[in-house]
Amino acid sequence: MGGRDATLVLLDENGIRCDGRKVDEPRRIMIKAGGLKNADGSAYIEFGDNKILVGVFGPRDVHPKHMSNTDTGILRVRYHMEPFSVTERKNPAPSRREIEISKVIKEALEPAVMLEKFPRTAVDVYIEVLQADGGTRCAALSAASVALADAGIPMRDMVAACAAGKAADTIILDVNNEEDQAGQADMPIGYMPSLEKITLLQLDGVLTPAEYKKCVETGIHGCKIVYELQKKALTDKYFGNGEK
Amino acid sequence: MASTSVIDELKKSQILELLEQGKRVDGRTLDEPRKLIIEINAIPKANGSARVRLGDTEVICGVKIQPDRPFPDMGDKGIFICTAELLPFSHPSVETGPPGPDVIELARVVDRGIRESHMIDLTQLVIQKNKSVVGVFADNVVVDYDGNLFDACAYAATAAILTAKTPKWEMKDDVPTLVEGGESHVPTITIPVSVTMGKIGNYIVVDPNGDEWASMDARITITTDSNGNICALQKGGNGGFTFDEVIKCGELSVKVGSKIREMLKQAKERGQ
Repeated sequence: MGGRDATLVLLDENGIRCDGRKVDEPRRIMIKAGGLKNADGSAYIEFGDNKILVGVFGPRDVHPKHMSNTDTGILRVRYHMEPFSVTERKNPAPSRREIEISKVIKEALEPAVMLEKFPRTAVDVYIEVLQADGGTRCAALSAASVALADAGIPMRDMVAACAAGKAADTIILDVNNEEDQAGQADMPIGYMPSLEKITLLQLDGVLTPAEYKKCVETGIHGCKIVYELQKKALTDKYFGNGEK
Repeated sequence: MASTSVIDELKKSQILELLEQGKRVDGRTLDEPRKLIIEINAIPKANGSARVRLGDTEVICGVKIQPDRPFPDMGDKGIFICTAELLPFSHPSVETGPPGPDVIELARVVDRGIRESHMIDLTQLVIQKNKSVVGVFADNVVVDYDGNLFDACAYAATAAILTAKTPKWEMKDDVPTLVEGGESHVPTITIPVSVTMGKIGNYIVVDPNGDEWASMDARITITTDSNGNICALQKGGNGGFTFDEVIKCGELSVKVGSKIREMLKQAKERGQ
């Protein structure tokens, strides 16, 4: 984050973006299931220059007790950024931004997790952003789905997430940090590809109704790319040459 | 950190039985630390960083360097601050929220070891005396817990500082302004190494793992510098040490520390 070069060309005459990508091309994505010893399930994602670790515990006893629900299990999500994850050192205490992102990620995951099977318990999802470079909430949500699956928690589908946006009057897939700062719109989308349901949707920026439709379509296309990589991460761990 | 459970009580008797035969639960000798892996520059966005595995304990340290106001009584010195935090997925018993006494002690002991060794030459980190200095922030996060966070955090912070590059600032119109291309290594004088030992029954074990940590009666963390001098120490736990044990721990910390210092030197060379 922080100030950027004013002369930055977001999209050149050949339709190539500032980091060399095409308009419908996501950044390099690497997802790994597992990796943490103490967590019940975990995942690590590298999404461009984002590096995010997710650990899951549960279903387990709820503390404090009054938070527990006799009808269903509860999902708790904490999204947190390390002080060294951004250009200017971040205060380690949770900011308002982190609290909001925790909430939207929780609400994006809840439709996928079969919490009603585990009344009076909690599933805790801890997201730690080691390095941030635009689009952390989508990367975090995608990794959290893999970590939940790795923990063996029953799910209806995995939530895949990717942002779409608008820069240089063009709808683009997977908005990076420069495009977020200098671009015209950013729309993070969380999507369950098998159930065809959108579970996270935010937008800041101005779009015409036609652009709005194109943007959602582009984002969903990105989610489907992420979804394949999520499935691959799990098959690599449980059926492939991955660890264990 | 992990609280004691019934399982720990059972493990303790097993650990003690093994120690009576001169053995440890994971097959190490009493004065042998676990395998140490230091990966440097794990977080390219930080000015310096290291990911350290000490057995199954894993810590990431990121160093951020930025201009800051000096402390009122130390206008001719830069600032060094080291923190430590347990990420909630590092152990099932870790809770989010403000740090408890254990974590505060951890951060302070790690900070003190590096500070008291005078590892960083803070006099070289002054932009303008009494006005503006360079601040070096080393933030440790514990990713996975298996005992002895003191040493894992200390090694991560030390490796991150040894490989960190500091930008250069100059005062312009009373504000510190970045000088392009003025990057240099953080000025360091010595390499501190902390060695933590646990006392279980009458035995002293170096680098206790998670099970040993939960069963020990007392612990001692000793930091030595490159000259083999002791520069910081912390005793913890509700047991005590005899005079002879304290002397023995001092000797152990120098001996074990010198081997680990070689690994930190190698990490530094990789970061050149």
